[in-house]
Amino acid sequence: MKPAEYYMRDRLHHPPAKSENYKTSITRSPQYALLSLEQSLSEITGPVFSHNDIDPLDNDLLKNYGHGGDPVGERIIVHGRVLDENDRPVPNTLVEIWQANAGGRYRHKKDTYLAPIDPNFGGCGRTMTDADGYYYFRTVKPGAYPWRNWVNNWRPAHIHFSIFGAGFAQRLITQLYFEGDPLIAECPIMQTVPDAEAIEQLVAKLDMNASVPLDSIAYRFDIVLRGRRSTLFENRLEGN
Amino acid sequence: MDYLKETPSQTAGPYVHIGLAPRAAGFDIFKQELGWDIAGPNAKGERIRVEGCVYDGTGAPIKDVLIEAWQANADGHYAHPEDGRGVEAGFRGWGRVITDFDTGFWGFDTIKPGATPGRNGTTQAPHINLWIVARGINLGLNTRMYFDDCDNSTDPVLNLIEQTHRRQTLIATRSEGDKGVTYRFDIRIQGPDETVFLDI
Repeated sequence: MKPAEYYMRDRLHHPPAKSENYKTSITRSPQYALLSLEQSLSEITGPVFSHNDIDPLDNDLLKNYGHGGDPVGERIIVHGRVLDENDRPVPNTLVEIWQANAGGRYRHKKDTYLAPIDPNFGGCGRTMTDADGYYYFRTVKPGAYPWRNWVNNWRPAHIHFSIFGAGFAQRLITQLYFEGDPLIAECPIMQTVPDAEAIEQLVAKLDMNASVPLDSIAYRFDIVLRGRRSTLFENRLEGN
Repeated sequence: MDYLKETPSQTAGPYVHIGLAPRAAGFDIFKQELGWDIAGPNAKGERIRVEGCVYDGTGAPIKDVLIEAWQANADGHYAHPEDGRGVEAGFRGWGRVITDFDTGFWGFDTIKPGATPGRNGTTQAPHINLWIVARGINLGLNTRMYFDDCDNSTDPVLNLIEQTHRRQTLIATRSEGDKGVTYRFDIRIQGPDETVFLDI
């Protein structure tokens, strides 16, 4: 049978729209209640990507912006699986990442931080998960950097992740943090996440077995998208 | 029951362009950026432009928004295997735009979608599904854009909006000029005219 609609999103597991300690959210958070919808084709369908959309090197941030050399910084592998809430792999879905360089500076015309731009590092990559939902990137570990929230706020090292899934309802942007980083506990953006268990899901774990000796150290980051019922709603309105 | 928990969302931050629209960030890296061509040259239907601004709770335009659009073709079919009714070659239905860093203005070119099936045999008026992320938005916001020259009176989603005056926050305004047919659709994240956002 065809899979059908997605499970209701547990909004208590996500950051609330308004988080007083993350100042920008104060004027960018809706005040009225969201309109609850039952899903239609508009929500259970979503964009389909193919390997033709991207290049094989797009997931190698060590090489995809090389201008005659390698980027500065600690060489890392970030890998994992994209699963859904039913523990089923999400195959052939687009995963995009972006990050600061090893000094904590983004290659972005709006970033004015003092740390230097790295001539050999773009800071973005993309890949498709395989049939088992598996993905990997090569990159450098991003640096922490200061930002204007409270005067002395620093972002922990992090990598932004954008994941599509099979339906528009699964669309998700999140961030990966690194196990053991003391700045995680200090970060107002990380603190938007409501509970310790949810925070733990955003912390990639050191994975020595996946590291390449004398080359790159590895971190494992599995991503969970919304699960879905197993029956098509037109046929069985009550679902499972 | 043993279910996994969805990974919590985090803000796309101020530099979302690096990952999802690097040319806007000021550099060229991929052979092809994604999301600039929603309908393709072969698409049926009326060619339209959709434009607008996203405003924050102070009434200021938000200048670092990324918006994704998802829509059906002119027949009301989605380019996805679970629709199954098929679309013309090259029609993708998905687009991605960013706002101008100076003005906060955004726009995309597409075709006007057809009506799509709703639940329980209902029909949804033509609409474009939108998803909005930016710095300060902790979980991407879903909304829909409808067309003011369509019959929206029986649309099952618009009719769910209890405060009837808020339905108009989802309806774009048509005009015709030198650039062709344009629909203006402003989004207000907060404030008395706040756009209706959807929990899907």
